[in-house]
Amino acid sequence: MSRLTPRKREALEGYLFISPWIIGFLVFTAGPILATLFISFTKWQVFGPPEWIGLANYARMIHDPLFYQSLKVTGFFTLLSLPLGLAMGLALALLLFQDVKGLSIFRTVFYTPSVVPEVATATLWIWIYNPEFGIFNYVLSKFGISGPEWLYSTEWILPALAIMGIWGAGSTMVIYLAGLQNIPRVYWEAATVDGASGWQKFWSITMPLLSPTTFFLFVTGLIGSLQTFTAGYIMGGGGGPLNASLFYTLYMYQQGWKWFNMGYASALSWTLSLIIFALTMLVIRASRARVNYDLI
Amino acid sequence: MRTVKKVMQYAILVLLALVFMMPFLWMISTSLKGGADDLFTYPPQIIPKSFHWENYRKVLSMYPWGVFLKNTSLITFISMFATLLSSAMVAFSFARLRFPGRDKIFFLVLSTMMVPYYTTLIPQYILFSKLGWVNTLKPLIVPNFFGAAFYIFLLRQHFMGIPPELDDSAKIDGASTMRIFGSIYLPLAKPALITIGILQFMSAWSDFIGPLIYLHSEKNYTLTLALNTFRGIHYTDWHYLMAGTMMVALPSLIFFFVGQNYIIGGITVSGIK
Repeated sequence: MSRLTPRKREALEGYLFISPWIIGFLVFTAGPILATLFISFTKWQVFGPPEWIGLANYARMIHDPLFYQSLKVTGFFTLLSLPLGLAMGLALALLLFQDVKGLSIFRTVFYTPSVVPEVATATLWIWIYNPEFGIFNYVLSKFGISGPEWLYSTEWILPALAIMGIWGAGSTMVIYLAGLQNIPRVYWEAATVDGASGWQKFWSITMPLLSPTTFFLFVTGLIGSLQTFTAGYIMGGGGGPLNASLFYTLYMYQQGWKWFNMGYASALSWTLSLIIFALTMLVIRASRARVNYDLI
Repeated sequence: MRTVKKVMQYAILVLLALVFMMPFLWMISTSLKGGADDLFTYPPQIIPKSFHWENYRKVLSMYPWGVFLKNTSLITFISMFATLLSSAMVAFSFARLRFPGRDKIFFLVLSTMMVPYYTTLIPQYILFSKLGWVNTLKPLIVPNFFGAAFYIFLLRQHFMGIPPELDDSAKIDGASTMRIFGSIYLPLAKPALITIGILQFMSAWSDFIGPLIYLHSEKNYTLTLALNTFRGIHYTDWHYLMAGTMMVALPSLIFFFVGQNYIIGGITVSGIK
């Protein structure tokens, strides 16, 4: 080492220091991405060698009603839960942003549900949603609403999961709060002087200047929501009544680890990755004109 | 007018706070109830008729929770240590060392954050099964020794804020790169390291799909996996189930209350550039 020039030596050390990541990248990311593609062209039960079957797995997907069902479930759930979670997170952040006394206490209260492991949350909410003895329908009954069967109903299981998601809006709230704190107060003050109403200020100042935050939350939320697994697995059992909560990843899990169809599961996973990638790109493109980056 | 608005605002906040606390209260209350007569009542009782603290003792004796706690802690703490050290090393190199292709490789690091979790799951599983690691804790621990893109990104930002004059003077004194990393950069990045440690704790502690796929025999279960099986066995004993749920949730809650500012800080940096 001592015979190297300082420059070469630094480069060598640089590579040495990043070598853990390089190895990890090759073994756990790049390798597997290519392997998934290869496995998706085979029939493979893990035990024994893979058998090349070309596009048969993809052809099977086209005729598989459960594939469409899982796409529908995941898409509908995302449409429901994503806006709901964003709206709730924003509402909480706006409420806390107005010089509230005891801000840290409220923030803690709203954020606490987000730190509970999802398995525990899901188990708790099965009991909350119990149609006869659960607290949810009891509270609804106080408002004269006779609650549905929730997790036992093909129509209500996904809304039930989305409503449970609101309980985890705390992390969205925290990020929105930080976004709000980045906006210079003079903007609102100037608008107030000009006689703008609260509603006008919200739509013409707060929302546009928060758009980078919303965009970030929307993209990460979309990617997360398309990969929903735990809540569906715990609360819907094997996919809920009549597969009403057969999430895409759940179906992939069943194909791969219940029936050991690794080839078909890989085709499903590769397709999901393409869908996620395409949607993300679409969102990024569509948002270009609408996201305001002036403050960054 | 202003007072009315303020009162309204607090009323809404208090109401929402109650709504957010309700599930916790319901969990605690159910975990202390007596049994079927106490559980299946209408209207539901928030305050139990009598407090059955022994439920917790019973749940502890029903299932070897101690073993699950040990497995979960083992995975969580080793992976925390491993990911901190490896991510910091990689981040330091990207922030301070000069080598050809550095910025291109860093871009690659960032782009791996976009790869969905499920894309790599199957080949990883097959790899670990060929290695004979399925049904051991290794698949959940070992990958953490190779740095995590998001943590590398955060730490790099942090390291770049440290004045480079510090290492110049250390270099003149003859300190090696490893030494500069270990005795200048790591100590100065303490707040970022704590934040990342907490984020890693939360995600490893709560992980479900990893244990579900890799751990098959009960002696290897983690707490989350055990709770799922426990639910399968005692699916109508809601008082026991809620006591068990409480026990699984409690360490995260305690950890949160202790490290609150770091956690909220961490979530904030993860959302804002």
